[in-house]
Amino acid sequence: MPSRSAKVCVWGIPTTDAAAQTSGGVNPTLRTALPILMVLLAIMVIWYLAAVWMNAPWVRDQAARADTVLTTGDLIRQTPSLDRPVLPAPHQVAMGLWDGIAGQKVTTKRSLVWHAWVTLSATLAGFAIGSLAGILLAVGITHNRAMDLSVMPWAVASQTVPILAIAPMVIVVFASMGVTGLMPKAVIAAWLSLFPVLVGMVKGLRTPDAMQLDPMRSWSASAAQVFWRLRLPSAMPYLFASLKVAVAAALVGTIVGELPAGATAGLGARLLSGSYYGQTIQIWSALFMAAGLAAVLVVVITAVERVTLRRMGLAR
Amino acid sequence: MIAALPLIAVWLAALGVNAWLSRLHAPWIGPLVAAIFGATILLLWEMAVRIYAVPAVILPPPSRIWAAFTGNIPLLWGDFVQTIIKGALTGWIIGALAAIATAIAIDRSAFLQRGLLPIGNFVAALPIVGIAPILVMWFGFDWQSKAAVVVVMVFFPILVNMVAGLAATDPLQRDLMATWSAGYWHALVHVRLPAALPFLFNGLKITTTLALIGAIVAEFFGSPTRGMGFRISTAVGQLNIALVWAEILVAALAGTAFYGIVAFIERRVTFWHPSQRRQQDR
Repeated sequence: MPSRSAKVCVWGIPTTDAAAQTSGGVNPTLRTALPILMVLLAIMVIWYLAAVWMNAPWVRDQAARADTVLTTGDLIRQTPSLDRPVLPAPHQVAMGLWDGIAGQKVTTKRSLVWHAWVTLSATLAGFAIGSLAGILLAVGITHNRAMDLSVMPWAVASQTVPILAIAPMVIVVFASMGVTGLMPKAVIAAWLSLFPVLVGMVKGLRTPDAMQLDPMRSWSASAAQVFWRLRLPSAMPYLFASLKVAVAAALVGTIVGELPAGATAGLGARLLSGSYYGQTIQIWSALFMAAGLAAVLVVVITAVERVTLRRMGLAR
Repeated sequence: MIAALPLIAVWLAALGVNAWLSRLHAPWIGPLVAAIFGATILLLWEMAVRIYAVPAVILPPPSRIWAAFTGNIPLLWGDFVQTIIKGALTGWIIGALAAIATAIAIDRSAFLQRGLLPIGNFVAALPIVGIAPILVMWFGFDWQSKAAVVVVMVFFPILVNMVAGLAATDPLQRDLMATWSAGYWHALVHVRLPAALPFLFNGLKITTTLALIGAIVAEFFGSPTRGMGFRISTAVGQLNIALVWAEILVAALAGTAFYGIVAFIERRVTFWHPSQRRQQDR
């Protein structure tokens, strides 16, 4: 297939699942799950070994100061249970996560659920605004050549600019105007999710080719009819692919927006205060919470995508 | 309300010119319209800031940003070298090499691929910048920790693309190599690596921006007294917003140039690929 496009995925999210190629014989669930479980297990083992190795200098140092002889058994017993380890062991992170999620009242600042909610609400607000604006702009661009020529090159070029770097400035500028809380973070999230949606949606709205557009002309369909019955449905797969990218970008934007000094709420603030006070377990817990949040968001969009595409008869 | 009239006039005039130009069809129309649009935005920005007397601590006009840019060239250059060359570029090259090597290593094991690929896809969607505070603790405040963040950020997108690229040869081509009794390495070097290049470059282009973001954001968690992230956070603290915008200008130029260089190499190396051929014919 010489005409195959090289664009297999945008920002690492593939449109085709290479792992889904099943062959007969073995139970398909087992066939997909087993390798993943094995790799995860290997990561766990490496993580524990690394925890022992990286925390060993500190433990040895303490033992030397206390003039005690350290056996290998002691070393292995002590390294994964330090208070402020260089690398916390997986079970310490799990306990930190569990304590943050279930061990605290949800309304207190010690609760990870509360911090995650602060981050999630700003992410969702920004994502909604950004995606909606992206879709509307894309519709305008596909129907107006002047807008296409004016906006599109800048939208594409903006993808190569590290916009995220201005997040702290946006927060401070809004704060100097007296606007704090959810709004400034949502603006960053919206800005970051706007461009992936815009670019993906324009591509999607332009997928119908002459073969599909010609019958619409023969049926003397109006521009609105062509849009609602042909362009919008054929753009759906592209829209969902870019929505997944956009929601991940919105989450990263919100977290970085929580980094400037002074922020006390949200997963980003949790990361920063952890790094100030050397609370490694807190950093890792916040990190895993953020990862879980990203995973949930992507899974939700994938589920909506699957239902929508199936009802539209576009499911692969 | 009256004060807004010049703004509206300029906007309508630019809109009219662009709408008129867009009806023409010539190769130079596209860039011209885009340039007029960009210039209009800058002009409106400058006029709005002056007419409404917006304080410079909220939004400096473009002229002031340009002055801050040209007046601080040595400072900005030092930050550029620290963040982009030492942090982002080093990390990007190490991460890309590691990802390519890993992709080739797991290429022969379908089991490892089925295990690593879903995890790689999953990790690629995570907010990996979050590991910045950890890596800054491990590798210190200088550029090494920034390069480490960049390595982790660019690894998985490149890995996923490279694995897909190595699988991109069709049975016909592989059969041909088998007919010539080419071994694994022969087939790899002469057919499968070249076939993987378009996919690899896609991953490399995606990650240029990620590399810059990783290097800049990692500096928010601690850095020596130079670097773009350091300058942005301290200048924000001093309310020297014009200097922040100058740094953003540097970041934008660096990002575009970085992407452009990778895209240029791609055009040179994968000139045979249909997606490149079509561009050249135009």
